[in-house]
Amino acid sequence: MVPPARHLLRAKDRADARYFEPLTVAILARAAGLSQAHFSREFRRTFGEAPHQYLLTRRLERAAALLRNTDRTVTEICFAVGLNSVGSFITTFRRVYGMPPLAYRATFPPAARHIRIPACVALAYGRPQNRTFREAAPSARP
Amino acid sequence: MIKIANAQFWVHDPDEAVAFYTRALGWEVRSDVTMEEWNFRWLVVGPVGQDDVGLVLMPVPTAPMLDAESSDQLANLVAKGAAGTLFLETDDCHAAYDELSARGVVFNDPPTPQPYGIDTSFRDPSGNNIRLTQVLEFSIDRH
Repeated sequence: MVPPARHLLRAKDRADARYFEPLTVAILARAAGLSQAHFSREFRRTFGEAPHQYLLTRRLERAAALLRNTDRTVTEICFAVGLNSVGSFITTFRRVYGMPPLAYRATFPPAARHIRIPACVALAYGRPQNRTFREAAPSARP
Repeated sequence: MIKIANAQFWVHDPDEAVAFYTRALGWEVRSDVTMEEWNFRWLVVGPVGQDDVGLVLMPVPTAPMLDAESSDQLANLVAKGAAGTLFLETDDCHAAYDELSARGVVFNDPPTPQPYGIDTSFRDPSGNNIRLTQVLEFSIDRH
């Protein structure tokens, strides 16, 4: 018998794999074969956080990796991780990481970029853990 | 010396698992022995050409080996993807991705350049994570 969590894992995998697309909780719910309300409830019960929060922290984690590992601009990185408002990206990033994106980039010396860890480890461990934040509204000022 | 002989995954359904590892992944069955009196099946698969390391596909135990609550918890951990990862290597990640995709493997991500090589990942039917990496000379600029 397959535990129901297996279907929720499909949605979580989808968030990890396609975060750069305009994914929504509704799309993730379809990946799990559940209604959106039921999906959000079950996802939170199973993985300990709401699906929109998981998706947002995945995007922030990927943005932080691009800040550390590339020279791409903040605007490019914002869109590259599936977020569509630079202002709210900067606000949310600052709230979660305690500093704006470029300051975060500056705190990483080049040597830190040479640690060899598998990408799956970075994905699993690198996601910000603040449980209370939510994405800044697009109208928020950076 | 001491070598790795077998690694082990918990699976929900051994028939479904062995079908995946042989038909989709293309591996061979190394051992498939059922001990009726114990209701136990020793099922080992492995990649063709690498005889000395195998993967044991072990059904999540039920009572009396494991109490019902723990058995449910373990089955759920596997389904949540929290029960471990198998790290595989290939000499051509893109070719392996195409070949396995054609046989029905659904990947979590396309082959992606990383500083240590090119890799991708998928899950077995139970939710166990499998990482497939083509190792290349380390380069921080490959990403």
